[in-house]
Formats: sequence, structure tokens, C-alpha cells
Amino acid sequence: MLSKLSSLLRVTAVRLSIIYTVIFGVLAIGIVFYMTGATVNVLREQYQASIDNEVTGLARIYRRGGVNQLIRTLDRRARAPGANLYVVTNPQGQIIAGNVPQMQRGIMRKIGWTKRAFRYQRFDDQSDTEHRAIARVLEVPNGMRILVGRDVSEYEDITKIVGGGFKLALGTMVALGLLTWFFVGRGALKRIDQVSKSSQRIMGGDKSERLPVTGSNDEFDRLSENLNTMLDQINHLDDGVKQMSDNIAHDLKTPITRLRNKAEEAFSLEKKPEEQQEKIADIIDDCDSIVKTFDALLMISRVESGSTVAKLEPLKASDILTDVYELYEALVEDDGKHLTIELSLPDNLMIKGNRELLSQAISNLIDNAIKYGGERISLVGTHASDTLEISVIDNGAGIQEEDRTRVVERFVRLDKSRNKSGNGLGLSLVKAICDIHKASLRLDDNQPGLIVSMKIPVMDQ
Amino acid sequence: MKILIVEDDEEAAKFLIKGFGEAGHNPIHAADGETGLHLAKTEDFDVLILDRMLPKLDGLSLLKQVRAEDNHTPALILSALGAVDDRVEGLRSGGDDYLTKPYAFSELLARVEVLAKRTGNDDSETTLKVGELELDRLSREVSREGQKILLQPREFRLLAYLMKNAGTVVTRTMLLEKVWDYHFDPQTNVIDVHISRLRGKIDKDFDEPMLLTIRGAGYKLQEPEKAG
Repeated sequence: MLSKLSSLLRVTAVRLSIIYTVIFGVLAIGIVFYMTGATVNVLREQYQASIDNEVTGLARIYRRGGVNQLIRTLDRRARAPGANLYVVTNPQGQIIAGNVPQMQRGIMRKIGWTKRAFRYQRFDDQSDTEHRAIARVLEVPNGMRILVGRDVSEYEDITKIVGGGFKLALGTMVALGLLTWFFVGRGALKRIDQVSKSSQRIMGGDKSERLPVTGSNDEFDRLSENLNTMLDQINHLDDGVKQMSDNIAHDLKTPITRLRNKAEEAFSLEKKPEEQQEKIADIIDDCDSIVKTFDALLMISRVESGSTVAKLEPLKASDILTDVYELYEALVEDDGKHLTIELSLPDNLMIKGNRELLSQAISNLIDNAIKYGGERISLVGTHASDTLEISVIDNGAGIQEEDRTRVVERFVRLDKSRNKSGNGLGLSLVKAICDIHKASLRLDDNQPGLIVSMKIPVMDQ
Repeated sequence: MKILIVEDDEEAAKFLIKGFGEAGHNPIHAADGETGLHLAKTEDFDVLILDRMLPKLDGLSLLKQVRAEDNHTPALILSALGAVDDRVEGLRSGGDDYLTKPYAFSELLARVEVLAKRTGNDDSETTLKVGELELDRLSREVSREGQKILLQPREFRLLAYLMKNAGTVVTRTMLLEKVWDYHFDPQTNVIDVHISRLRGKIDKDFDEPMLLTIRGAGYKLQEPEKAG
């Protein structure tokens, strides 16, 4: 219970509302005290003024008619209903007239205003209820003392009523505050507990677990939604890494196994040096192709993880295309095929890119076309508004529509190409290079054949 | 020639020392950057071979300190880092060539020999001559035994590079780098086709071939008499 209370107190909303309640309470107490104090003062001043009036009047009567007249007047006034308090004492201090049979001792001893309200009893009140009053005492020349007072229970009642109301209000406020803290705090704690529990399940390995979203669209929901999106992304990356390590396991271990087998074979060929030499040359080739696969993988993962691989600089679009064309043209011709270049772009069209990487991408595409395409291959460069489109087009068998997305993935090789050399990373690398250049990669049907196009943003002229 | 090899991997160093020794060179080995720097500063070498990651002092810092002393001994950097940026950084630190691990020894040997030859030999020479084969950079004319040979611009650059390094083996990768300025590895052997076309122009009509294929290494252009 205590720990629950202390955890409730750690909720920010609860702490804030406690602080507000305390500040508000202190202010309210101050205002109430001030208000009641001011009201009481005003009433007291009014009472004192009316007593002063009466005293002045009595003094006039005394001057005109002497003691007897004064006492008669007092006697008459004292008998009036709801009258003020009147007491007359002889010089010995005994009450000789008035409407107060008993009162607090010593009141008559001091001339002037009583310091504070005093207790007294009334003639007309049969009950034993005590009354309180303020009064002024004066002495007439023959030594008699006269007290004129006024009951103050009226304004003391006001103080009591205000005080009572105040206590009730304060009590209600504290009770409501506690209730609010409890519900607000418990609500917040519940949400936080849910989030903690979900997080623990995620940490425990349940990758499909997500933080609760209530649909109220409050700050907790927004936080949860963002964290959930983040988790989705992490999962996606995680899957990528997992797929990558599976790929590495399969696509690097397979050639390494082959390599080992060949090395064993070569070892056993010690009596046939020529065959052994051949085997060893084969082994070196295999090593090189493993290194190539490894390099391509590293490059792709560096690009995908966002760590910069290369600086982009202004490049002349036509140069990139003609240079690669020129490198491959002879090879394709020698293969009995045709490679043509078609450029329909301004001579000075500039793009922001890396010559090395773009050339490698185009080279990979031409290489694919040589291996899997038909006998006519075109390298096409076109310019449309703000993009440079580089396409490699062949008239071979093409790729079925359902396979076109898949072939871009790492290590994916279509069945018909399995018997040819290659590591299944060519298009993945092209995709990665496109990503660096904020370019799109598209595979289309050439009917027959394949069109692979990269759309690269051009620089402002 | 005297070669400084700064390489911390003992196996790799042994392999290099053996290889360069067998190729008729004089390799000196340092196992860490500081020893390497001391040797590079105190002795004269024809070529420096520096591993990029070394104990005590890395290869690039070593090279910067050597270059700071106005020492321009050709340097080749060996590195497991092969991205475009890594290469650029290596060359910016004063490296003359950059080779990514793992490499074929024949590749390293060819590069080192070309580097060593390069001292005092620059591209400003307007004419190149190997035996009866002549090339004029200004008029862009090529002839063998006085017969004019017509070359495409890229063939011209290819031949110029081969002639500049006549008598030395150059690899396919070196040609791709120096003539085409590409540092990636095309899956197919594109260079072979260009070489055979060039050979068709400079060797076909003559008795003795000058442009030779060196098995397992690359190509070599040399005077026909030496071919024996």
C-alpha cells in the first residue's frame, strides 16, 4: 500500500496537482481570512459608532435632567425589545439599574472601550446561553458608572459561518484533490505499467509485441504509436540482417566448401603435377570470386546502412554513358552480339553522382544483358524535365513480372541463370547505387526482353 | 630494386619477402609503423609498400610524415578497406597506388615494378619509342617500322600506357584503372578484347609480336628482339 502510494506520488501529473492544490489552498485561506477580518472590522466600527452616538445622547440627558433623568431613560431603553446593553453601578460598584443581571467581572472597572468582547447574561433570556458584547464604560461626576454595550453575537456568527463554510470547502477540495490524484495517477501508472510490461516482453524476445494504443489519441497513444513505428523499422532492419547472415552462411559457405574440396583434391594429386597446377589455378579463381561476393556484400550493406560510401560530384551525363559503352562495345561485338548507344540528352546535362559507382551500375546491367539477354543490347540515355533516365535494353527472354521485384534482392538468382557464373548481387548493388543517387530503379518488359532503367535527378542548369 | 615492406602480419610479410626475393628484388621488412618510418627516413628505397592498419603508427600517417620530409619515394598502400572513399583517402595521403586485400602477388609485383620505373619518368614526354614502334602524343600518330597505324582514341591511350611501361608486366586491373579510370572489377574480361584489337593493329602485319600475354599476370609490351 505504502509502495503504491509512493509510486503514485512519483507520477508527474499527481505531483503537479498536489503543488497546485497547496498553492490554491494557501491563497484561499489568505483571502478568506482577509475577507472575514475586513467584514468584522466594518461591523465593529458600525457598532462602536452607534454606541458613541448613544453615549453622546445620554450625556446630554444627564446634563439636562441629572442622574434621575438619566437612570429613567436608561431603564426605559433597557426594557425595549432587542435593546442595547445598559448597566448603571453606584460608586461601590453594585449594579443599580440596567438590563444585564450578570457579566464578566471587572468590566466596569475600566473607563472607556472594553478591550475585547465579554460574556454577559440577559434578563429577557431565560436560557443559560452566554452572550458576548462590546461596550463603553463612562463615569458620571457623582461616581456612578454607566455601561453602554452592544451584543456582538451577530458578527461572531458571520465569522463562524464563514469559517465553517471555509472548512467545508477546504475539506471538499482536499478530498476531491486526493480522488483526482488517485485516478489520474492510477491511470498514468496503469499506462506506464502496460508500456513497461510490453517492453519487457519485447526485450524477452517477442518481436511481434507492440505497445498498447487505446485510441484516445492522448500523449501516451502518440508516444506508443511512434515507438511502435520505430519497433517496426527495427524489426525490418533486423530481418534484413538475419536474411543477410543466412545468405552469407549459404552463399559464402557453399563456395568455400567447394574451395576446400578442390584443395583436398589438389592435395591428392601430388603425383600428377600438371593436373595439380590446374586444380590450384581453379582454387585461386574460386578465392577471387568469393572475395568479389564479399566486397559486393560489404558495399551493399554500407550503402544500406547509410554510412557514406562515396562523394557525389557534378558529372557530365553523356560522358558516363559513352565511357561505359566504349569499354563494352568491343567485347559485345566479339561475342557476336550488338551493343548500341542512343543518347537523346543535352550535351552539357549534369547530374550529381559518383562516376565510379554509376559506371559500375551500368556495367553490371550490360554484363547481365550479355549473360542473360538476347543478341541486341542498347544503352539508352534520355532526358525528361528533371531526370536523366539510363536504360539498358535487351531482346532476350526477359524476366517474368512476378520475379522483377525479387531479382533485386540479395543472392536471388532465377533458376534459368543458376548454371551461369555470378553471385546474385549484381542488381542488388545497382539498387544500392541508385539509392545513393536518390534514383529509382525499374524493370520492364521489352516484349521480348528486359528494360532496366535508372532515373537519376539532374542538377539545376 | 630495394623495397620497404611495412606489414604486421607475419605470414603475409614472409610471403611478400619470398615473392619479391624470387623476382630479383631486395625486400626489407618492418613489422610496425614506427620501425617502418625510421627505415623510410634513414635508408633509400625504390618503392614503399605500406599496410594501412599497422601497430604503433598507421600506414597513412607514416606516409604523411615521409612526404613531409620532401621524400617522394613511390608508395603503394595495401588495405582491406576497398570502398571508393578509402582509396581516395589513401591517394590523398601521398600514396601513388592503392591495392585492396586480398590481392594476387602478380598484381602487386606488376604495380611495384611500374611504380619503381616511374621515378624521373613523367607524362610530359611527347614521343614514346619502343624498338621500331613510335607514338607521338602531340600529332597523335603511331607507326611501326615507318608504317602508319590508325588507332581509336582509347586504343591510343592504351598503347601509350603500355609503351611508357614497356618491358614491365601490366595487369588488367592496372589498365582498367590507368586507361579507363575505373576502379571496379567488371565481371567479364573486357580488357582482353581491347588488347586483342590493339594487337591486331600493331602486331598483325609484322613477323615478331611486341604485345605479349603473360599468363596469370597480364600483358607486356617489349622490343621484338628480346622476345627471342
